[in-house]
Amino acid sequence: RRSAHGRPAPAMAWPGALRVPARLLLPAGRRLRRGIASCIDPSTGLTEEQKEFQKVALDFAAKEMAPHMAEWDEKEIFPVETMRKAAQLGFGGIYVKPDVGGSGLSRLDTSIIFEALSTGCTSTTAYMSIHNMCVWMIDTFGNEEQRRRFCPSLCSMEKFASYCLTEPGSGSDAASLLTSAQRKGDTYVLNGSKAFISGGGDTDVYVVMCRTGGPGPKGISCLVLEKGTPGLSFGKKEKKVGWNSQPTRAVIFEDCVVPVGNRLGAEGQGFSIAMKGLNGGRINIASCSLGAAHASVLLAQEHLTVRKQFGEPLANNQYLQFRLAEMATRLVAARLMVRNAARALQEGREDAAVLCSMAKLFATDECFAICNQALQMHGGYGYLKDYAVQQFVRDIRVHQILEGTNEVMRMIVARNLLQG
Amino acid sequence: MAGLRVLVGVKRVIDYAVKVRVAAGGGGVQTQGVKHSLNPFCEIALEEGVRLRERGAAAEVVAVSVGTRVCQAIDDDCNQTGQLLAAMLDWPQGTFASRVEPEGEWVRVQREVDGGLETLRLRLPAVLTADLRLNEPRYATLPNIMKAKKKPLEVVAASEFLGGGSPPAPPRLRVLKLEEPPPRGGGQRVDDVPALLERLRASGCI
Repeated sequence: RRSAHGRPAPAMAWPGALRVPARLLLPAGRRLRRGIASCIDPSTGLTEEQKEFQKVALDFAAKEMAPHMAEWDEKEIFPVETMRKAAQLGFGGIYVKPDVGGSGLSRLDTSIIFEALSTGCTSTTAYMSIHNMCVWMIDTFGNEEQRRRFCPSLCSMEKFASYCLTEPGSGSDAASLLTSAQRKGDTYVLNGSKAFISGGGDTDVYVVMCRTGGPGPKGISCLVLEKGTPGLSFGKKEKKVGWNSQPTRAVIFEDCVVPVGNRLGAEGQGFSIAMKGLNGGRINIASCSLGAAHASVLLAQEHLTVRKQFGEPLANNQYLQFRLAEMATRLVAARLMVRNAARALQEGREDAAVLCSMAKLFATDECFAICNQALQMHGGYGYLKDYAVQQFVRDIRVHQILEGTNEVMRMIVARNLLQG
Repeated sequence: MAGLRVLVGVKRVIDYAVKVRVAAGGGGVQTQGVKHSLNPFCEIALEEGVRLRERGAAAEVVAVSVGTRVCQAIDDDCNQTGQLLAAMLDWPQGTFASRVEPEGEWVRVQREVDGGLETLRLRLPAVLTADLRLNEPRYATLPNIMKAKKKPLEVVAASEFLGGGSPPAPPRLRVLKLEEPPPRGGGQRVDDVPALLERLRASGCI
């Protein structure tokens, strides 16, 4: 396919994934070839029901997200309406209990769904996974009153949530956080600030880990705050390499008064709540990486068949064939790691947390390498923003850093191996 | 409108995006290991049925599929099933429907035809077939997907309809051969219209 200037026409972010009517109405010459690629088919081994979930998520990604992912990135648009549409399908509280508006699905179902949505826009899906994590924390550790107060409007995405753990002085060393919450009668008074908060300033509900007791993890509690609370303010919107469809800001507390009734769980339980949230969060972020890598492999495959050099399609070049095969192999390996961890978590197995760390480590590293390799295969075109592959690379780069750096993931695995 | 019942035929066919290949032996197309999905036109027809019921124009929507356990068919793109059914039932037909409006004993159907749009008024009961422009099927919601598993699915043996337990008649069509079109050959460039005409005449096309 060539445009007027003789260069290959930009592929859709997700080749061949246009919804039926649009696709069949395209003139024959512009029909996009669907990658057959059955070896990386993400639906293998799934139940009929899971395949249906996946199909809805893929359809939604192709129709509602993929056509806009470039614009959302360039103009830094937080796609509220699109996410609300997703919430109407049940994507706002995927593993939250149905009695408060959630879909009550398993961690594996959730992984499948985020992987599929991520093929449409990784940045937006990653935010949705953070939102889901927050709703789950309130659903699981909140009392009945808190669940009913917060969860329904979060599941419908009438309101959006942010997870506030990281501070300017405490990233990997999360338990050393300084934001203090002083008890005063029926309230806590918060002072301090959080850094790099996804959605910060645009979201409505903030799940904040803060210090109510002594140093270390045991002194941390979890409070839920709402935007508009006096003393709650936000820093400037950060300019990022990727994840541009979600705003990132500092969250600042200055004598911010929060009722005791907004505390999730007991005093001192906050760090444990935060870490349990992250187990699922790590699977979700890894799943987002899987989706981006899958889309990138298909983009690379498409490019190799279309682009000619030295009189032949690039796909005739054995080096490139082998690299594509390696990318596919590593993608499937990463997917198996993630789904294995999801199963362990939903079964409540003892090894779940370390498996989640391994899966996050492996999948985010492998998938970044896959997307990066896919970009390389596009040659100079891969560096242009007309082509989707660079956005997948930029968007998933941060997955190796947040929700626990991949270095921290290694710490967790090493600890399991050496300290038992 | 109370009492209008809508029967929607649905079929599992080779996924529309798959490149169909002739099976070894030339007796059919490859189906083994090939991705199958609900026929997109069936999906659109089903969506229309559901919308009719939602706005009170129909009382009941029944989806039916005919075939083996897996209810699989190769969609030949023959565009015959609806028409054949209407002929067998001696019911009026409104094919390529892009708009459907029940009106009491009748149904008004706007059809996409080569010359533009044609509107017919058919006496019920009638057979309609869906055009792509009829509607945009909604996404299934996660809760609905889970509920679907629990919905009753009635399976009826074909012999029950034929009376006396007689087996269905054998197919009256036999596929003799299936082959792919010849690979595209090279074209020729000509400099002007007279040369084009000369070439067309020389090759016997005109």
